[in-house]
Amino acid sequence: MFFKYTRDFEKPIEAIEKRIEELKLSSASGHDVRREEIEKLEQKAKRLIKDIYSSLTPWQITLVARHPSRPYTLDYVQEIFEDFVELHGDRLFKDDPAIVGGLARLDGRPVVVIGQQKGRNTKERCRRNYGMPHPEGYRKALRLMELAGRFNMPLVTLIDTPGAAPDIEAEERGQAEAIARNLLFMSRLEVPIVSAVIGEGGSGGALAIGVADRVMMFEYSIYSVISPEGCAAILWKDGTKADLAAKALRMSAFDLMRLGVIDRIVGEPLGGAHRDPKTAAMNLKSAILDSINELSAVPSGELLQQRYDKFRRMGVFNEPRR
Amino acid sequence: MIWFKKSLFSKKEDSTVRIPHGLWVKCNHCSEIIYKKEVERNLDVCPKCDYHFYISAWERVGIVLDEGSFKEHDGDLEPVDALEFKDLKRYKDRLRAAHREKSAPRALDAIVSGEGLINGQRVMIAVFEFSFMGGSMGSVVGEKITRIIERGLDKRCPVIIFTSSGGARMQEGILSLMQMAKTSAAIARLKEAGIPYITVLTDPTTGGVTASFAMLGDIIIAEPRALIGFAGPRVIQETIRQKLPEGFQRAEYLLEHGMIDMIVDRKMMKTTLARLISLLAG
Ligand SMILES: [Zn+2]
Repeated sequence: MFFKYTRDFEKPIEAIEKRIEELKLSSASGHDVRREEIEKLEQKAKRLIKDIYSSLTPWQITLVARHPSRPYTLDYVQEIFEDFVELHGDRLFKDDPAIVGGLARLDGRPVVVIGQQKGRNTKERCRRNYGMPHPEGYRKALRLMELAGRFNMPLVTLIDTPGAAPDIEAEERGQAEAIARNLLFMSRLEVPIVSAVIGEGGSGGALAIGVADRVMMFEYSIYSVISPEGCAAILWKDGTKADLAAKALRMSAFDLMRLGVIDRIVGEPLGGAHRDPKTAAMNLKSAILDSINELSAVPSGELLQQRYDKFRRMGVFNEPRR
Repeated sequence: MIWFKKSLFSKKEDSTVRIPHGLWVKCNHCSEIIYKKEVERNLDVCPKCDYHFYISAWERVGIVLDEGSFKEHDGDLEPVDALEFKDLKRYKDRLRAAHREKSAPRALDAIVSGEGLINGQRVMIAVFEFSFMGGSMGSVVGEKITRIIERGLDKRCPVIIFTSSGGARMQEGILSLMQMAKTSAAIARLKEAGIPYITVLTDPTTGGVTASFAMLGDIIIAEPRALIGFAGPRVIQETIRQKLPEGFQRAEYLLEHGMIDMIVDRKMMKTTLARLISLLAG
């Protein structure tokens, strides 16, 4: 069972929906008069969800992006692609379950798909390291990207990570080098690349699979240089000020669109992707298809130039006229 | 992405020891109290234990390049508060304070870049200024690095970057993260063109700087005992709740784990760079 209502701001929705359930049960046992009341309540619930979700604070958006019932990479892979064959290992050290990837078909066409993977229960979360990859995860991703290049398959990456793993093993095996190498490689990969932030885009650990021709974000996902908690701990000297940091960092899809960092916002069903994963997946699929079709028409030399120019423009500074 | 307080790494004396101001310094490593002039004569390296003190970007340029050969590029690029970022202080105010710091010549952001000669060989060079907001990388740093790489590509001239940075600049949010992609893409072109690219990692080099152009050198050099890593030691300690091993994330540790090519003493840096460039340039 999914935990539909784990966030405080979801509580009023929970109350109404529970009431609807109760009424439905009792009307099933013969009390037909309740139908009108149920419809009224359903309308009310819809309005309430719309109200709540149209005025989420940046911190609340962060909580939706990290919602324990939010669809993860493999959920989307299953809905969006056909014939998915998962491939494993970096051929150097081991297989990292925090990154999954493989071959699949998108609307009939072979592609390579890669994404960070979070776990649904305690055991899985632990095995997937909460979606925080080690260097071997990024090196597996690199191997799959090379495959995409060699067999001329478009690359789709789904981003969902709090960040790259910060621990002794990661440092020992060159976390920084693994990320850097992917940034460099992706900038020159001669196939269309589409990246979508489906939940959390946590810093360099996210960008390491995110140097793409088209970068999109789900409406309630986040993408940031540092987690709001981390930022709060450093700049406010108080990790509990994460709500303030979330606001200051401007990490919502709308902020990133305004800053010119992403190309498209993918709409989520009413109340967030976790309330209707199938609709979320269909929205994402059509956005990815649009982009791949558009990019497939561009000759590869031009594609690389456009990708270079896209990231080359990023940044804001002042240069006095000479 | 750690934010080192400047005082942690500046060479100001430990407050528990009474030292006549300005004349003597206490070594951060061996705690020896040394005559300041003696340290300076030794290129800011402790004569007792070889600890490499912080030096400014301009001092670094003076040590590495042939005298009078340096020509600065893009020195007038200024940071902008694009996010209107405010924590306990406004980013604007932090920038103003950083601009008031008396470093000579004045630094407008955390990097100095340009071109010059190393034993007569022309190089493009960028050097981080750690005293400016912890050497953090925002749009100006990313832009200046990208331009120096593009100039290297244009003039077919080797590129050298001296890093010293706490990582990306939080106050520029996602824009600072994107500098990692921008600089790495430029390096990819440099590599394809077969132009030598050398990085020298100095204390400390962490976060987004390490995870982009710092670790992409054809040759990666580090100064002795420099702290080099992706996550900062404090973040790792808080995550794993264990004591970190002795020497963890120091240059010697990285050399042992195959992450860098060599550790070079400051006194030998210019000679080493000159030799490498002449070997790579054929
Ligand atoms: Zn010493």
